[in-house]
Amino acid sequence: MKILEEKGISRLLLVIALSAIAMLLLIVLFILLEGLPFIFKVGINDFLLSSNWNPPTNNYGIFPMIVGSLWVTLGAMVVGLPLGLAGAIFLSEFVPRWAMRIIKPTIELLAGIPSVVYGFIGVMVLAPLIREYLGGPGLSILAASIILGIMILPTIMSISIDSIKAVPNSYREGAFALGATHWQTIHMVVLPAARSGIVAGIILGLGRAVGETMAVIMVVGNAVKLPTSAMDSVRTLTANIALEMGYATGMHRQALFATGVVLLVIIMVLNYTATIAIRKMGKNK
Amino acid sequence: MKTKTTSIILICLIGLFVTLTGCGKGKHAITAAGSTAFQPFAEKLADQYMQAHADTNVTIQGGGSAVGIQSTLSGAAQIGMADLVILPPEARSLYSIIVARDGIALIVNLKNTINNLTIQQVQGIYNGKIKNWKEIGGRDHPITVISREAGSGTRSSFEDIIKNISLTKEAIIQDSNGTVRETVINDVNAIGYLSHGLINEKIKPLSVNGISCTTEAIVSGNYVLVRPIYLLTKGAPKDKIKGFIDYILSSQGQETIKSSGLIPAK
Repeated sequence: MKILEEKGISRLLLVIALSAIAMLLLIVLFILLEGLPFIFKVGINDFLLSSNWNPPTNNYGIFPMIVGSLWVTLGAMVVGLPLGLAGAIFLSEFVPRWAMRIIKPTIELLAGIPSVVYGFIGVMVLAPLIREYLGGPGLSILAASIILGIMILPTIMSISIDSIKAVPNSYREGAFALGATHWQTIHMVVLPAARSGIVAGIILGLGRAVGETMAVIMVVGNAVKLPTSAMDSVRTLTANIALEMGYATGMHRQALFATGVVLLVIIMVLNYTATIAIRKMGKNK
Repeated sequence: MKTKTTSIILICLIGLFVTLTGCGKGKHAITAAGSTAFQPFAEKLADQYMQAHADTNVTIQGGGSAVGIQSTLSGAAQIGMADLVILPPEARSLYSIIVARDGIALIVNLKNTINNLTIQQVQGIYNGKIKNWKEIGGRDHPITVISREAGSGTRSSFEDIIKNISLTKEAIIQDSNGTVRETVINDVNAIGYLSHGLINEKIKPLSVNGISCTTEAIVSGNYVLVRPIYLLTKGAPKDKIKGFIDYILSSQGQETIKSSGLIPAK
């Protein structure tokens, strides 16, 4: 009786686990089936490298969106990376354990704030400031970079903290014994030892920045153009799908699915790189 | 033993949920979907209609005009709502009736000195040929053009009426009437357009060709930026669907439309 129950439960869990994977496969399959025929019909060049996006006249070039996503993500990294890394080093190396127990959950709470709230703050506070002091429409790459930079902080920070903490204390003791200062120990011994974990954190942060939609739509202005400065408005790949999905029919709808394919490829490459980096971290220990 | 009790409770909860959501059977269900501009009015009308007709359940969904047309064609909704000047070819097979009219107001920030634009000037601004407010008599500030996403009923109506617009690439795109308004409130250099019912005291509606955007000007036909709001059905409406549409067109329904800021059809 007992054995039967055990077996039943393990079967049940197996089915649940498989259905999660099946869900992912179905989503990927669906997006590919809807998007790929369109890409071949329009031609990869005309789709990926043309800057003319005007669905009513059947022009579907997503180059400005690819560039837009790239700039916004890069900007988010410029904002989030130094802050996240510096914060992680400080918290794991300099702060006493009891303070850490308060600060780390607080940072992780940042990840729990809904993205629409970030967007709202961006529109109400950040965009007017940028417009007033730096010019342009305010809704810009810069605004999106700052907002996204803050949004990816918890990802970068908590993974970096974990991997810095995972560096064995004997490494630090060895460095101190050789006469290294605290800072020398950190940047010559601890950081290189924790490198692959930090890289994984950064790549996961990148993925979050590329995929973020709501906050970006609100603060980036969504103009379809190639930007010439950080104060320009751009449209990201995710924003393009979310903005036009509700209205799109026929070719236009397929074009949005094709945009999803591009996004999917970018995210998969990023996540795969992160997985490899994390695996490498495990071996280093 | 403990896990067993938990799973029994879980199963009971699921069962309860299923039975609860299964309620409402035996009622006539009507679904209307489409135009987000008409959605709040449709919800109000549906509430009133359901109070008088307890046997009918009217659900209002948004999604935009294109969704309204698509879901009526596919049968997902019995009534489609579309706020377009020119109905697209795929909607021609549907039965259409105008239930209201809506003005589109051009709006600027309160600090903007401009009060009137001609159609040519609007064309110039949205085509990106006029880039600074001083070119049309305003202050020396760059113009921030705000438009809606491709496929929005308000945008296609706006472009169909103004004509010859190929939207400037500099234009900021916002995805709803509300966010267009917020952007204009926050940006002294901005110009945008939205449904006339959504004008408030924080923004300044512009006159077009010298005629200001008021209910009277829209009713009299002097104000040019006006679009019809269509209800679409597959074939002529029958039974309960006809009942609901008739209610919207009745003097009581039209009064509701009028009091909430739209222009009645008749």
